[in-house]
Amino acid sequence: MTDVGYVIAGWSVAGIVLGAYTVRLVLRIRRAERESAPPESNT
Amino acid sequence: MSEAERDDAGLPRDELLAPMLRRVIGVVTIVSLVALVLFGLWGAPTDEVQGDAQRVMYLHVPSAWLAYLAFFVTAAASALFLWRRTRAEVWDRLAGASAELGVMFTGLALVLGSIWGRPVWGVWWAWDARLVSTALLFFLFLGYCALRRIPAADPVGGAKRNAIAALIAFVDVPIVHFSVEWWRTLHQQATVFNPQLNPQIHGVMGLTLWLGTIAFTLLYVYLLDRRYRLAVLEDGRADRELERAIAERISTSRGVVA
Amino acid sequence: MTGERTEVSIWREAALVAGKDLRIEARARVALGQILPFGLIVILLFAFALDPDRGVLTRVAPGLFWIAVLLATLLAVGRAFAIETHHGARDGLRMTGLDGGAIFLGKATAIAVQLAALEVVLGVGVIVLYGVDVNGIGVVVLTAVAATVGLAATGTLYGVLAAGLRLRETLLPLLLLPVIAPVMLGATRAFEDGLGGVPGDAWPWLGILTVFAVIYTTIGVMAFGALWEEAA
Repeated sequence: MTDVGYVIAGWSVAGIVLGAYTVRLVLRIRRAERESAPPESNT
Repeated sequence: MSEAERDDAGLPRDELLAPMLRRVIGVVTIVSLVALVLFGLWGAPTDEVQGDAQRVMYLHVPSAWLAYLAFFVTAAASALFLWRRTRAEVWDRLAGASAELGVMFTGLALVLGSIWGRPVWGVWWAWDARLVSTALLFFLFLGYCALRRIPAADPVGGAKRNAIAALIAFVDVPIVHFSVEWWRTLHQQATVFNPQLNPQIHGVMGLTLWLGTIAFTLLYVYLLDRRYRLAVLEDGRADRELERAIAERISTSRGVVA
Repeated sequence: MTGERTEVSIWREAALVAGKDLRIEARARVALGQILPFGLIVILLFAFALDPDRGVLTRVAPGLFWIAVLLATLLAVGRAFAIETHHGARDGLRMTGLDGGAIFLGKATAIAVQLAALEVVLGVGVIVLYGVDVNGIGVVVLTAVAATVGLAATGTLYGVLAAGLRLRETLLPLLLLPVIAPVMLGATRAFEDGLGGVPGDAWPWLGILTVFAVIYTTIGVMAFGALWEEAA
């Protein structure tokens, strides 16, 4: 393979950006759902 | 629930996609992304002219495509919000969610293009028309996202303001495109886009490019649904905090009277 | 009430608003006493950043001129909406029942007049300090007019969009600069043709500047009313 460094860099950047965004989104949704659940179950 | 009462257009609001559909899309997205990695890194043959650096294109091209799709969705949703007959919160949230994803994909397209350009063109950045337009597009909608993050006193008024801002930015896209195109072609020597760099695309390479486009589009749909969900939850939290604050004020003032 | 409105009354209302803003400016002297000197010092600083001896400044003068104008536009727009925040001025203007489009045209005109005055002084400054020749004065004037209208229209539009918001001082440049990038590009190229180059080459750029000005003035007239109501 030629230009291995660039290929690795490109694919890792994409993987990290998309992966981090997805994980952070899922975690934020979970936290928000946890926070919104108790008051509604009480009433 | 009070949220359902405010829904004028009768559109689903808490969820963009039905849970079952979302799960199917999620699974197909993961499968297609794995397939993209296998094909992009090993399945597709090495490009004769560009070498293996061309493999970055399997990510760069889908990112760029999604950037345009996402901003188009933002503009369309903003227009639907501004049009009285279709005005509903769903369009405002959709516009915001899509713009955030669009900025991410535009940024990714720029970075990946730069990583590809270094070995193939010999430079990290070239003042090529498409590059400059894309960079301006990035900043146009970055500003829109920054505007959205500032909460408005009146939610409907704020949403209207955001929708107008999205359309003002979107109107600028063709103007930017043409002015930059003229700038780089009217009095400029040969561009870095050498026709020799684009030989006949090998069958598997074209297939991989398509695979990447499909995988990224599915990922976009999935993330759009999730980002929308988060917006719904956060709006709900803001409402509850307001209600709680009002309730506290009422109870303390009663205590004072008693 | 709105059905009675004719085009004439819109222009009259716009003239009222423009007159008000310009009178405030004439008394407070912010554009004259602060924004104009700011533009001049920017022109001066470019000579420090670049090499003034080898003709570099003469070659890049059009770009430097428009960068200075762009920066001044940011200040002028911020100022145009800052004067509405004190003593409930915005509510007062709202209660006059003036048409949103008329207020837009009025405020944009006031900004355009101030920018035009600034451009004249900066233009003389550039000609004197950078040693620029003027080949086609007509092209230069037309370019300046079209670009100024475009800048004033977008500036007013984004000014009201950010008015009343937290962080508006930092938000405004981020919102405005990418949108007016084509003006910067077109006006610089047209100036290059009109100053040192062949003035006839400037027509396509003048066309793009005019289209930009018309589009954003139209959007401003249509959208300003709604944005003005929301500006808290």
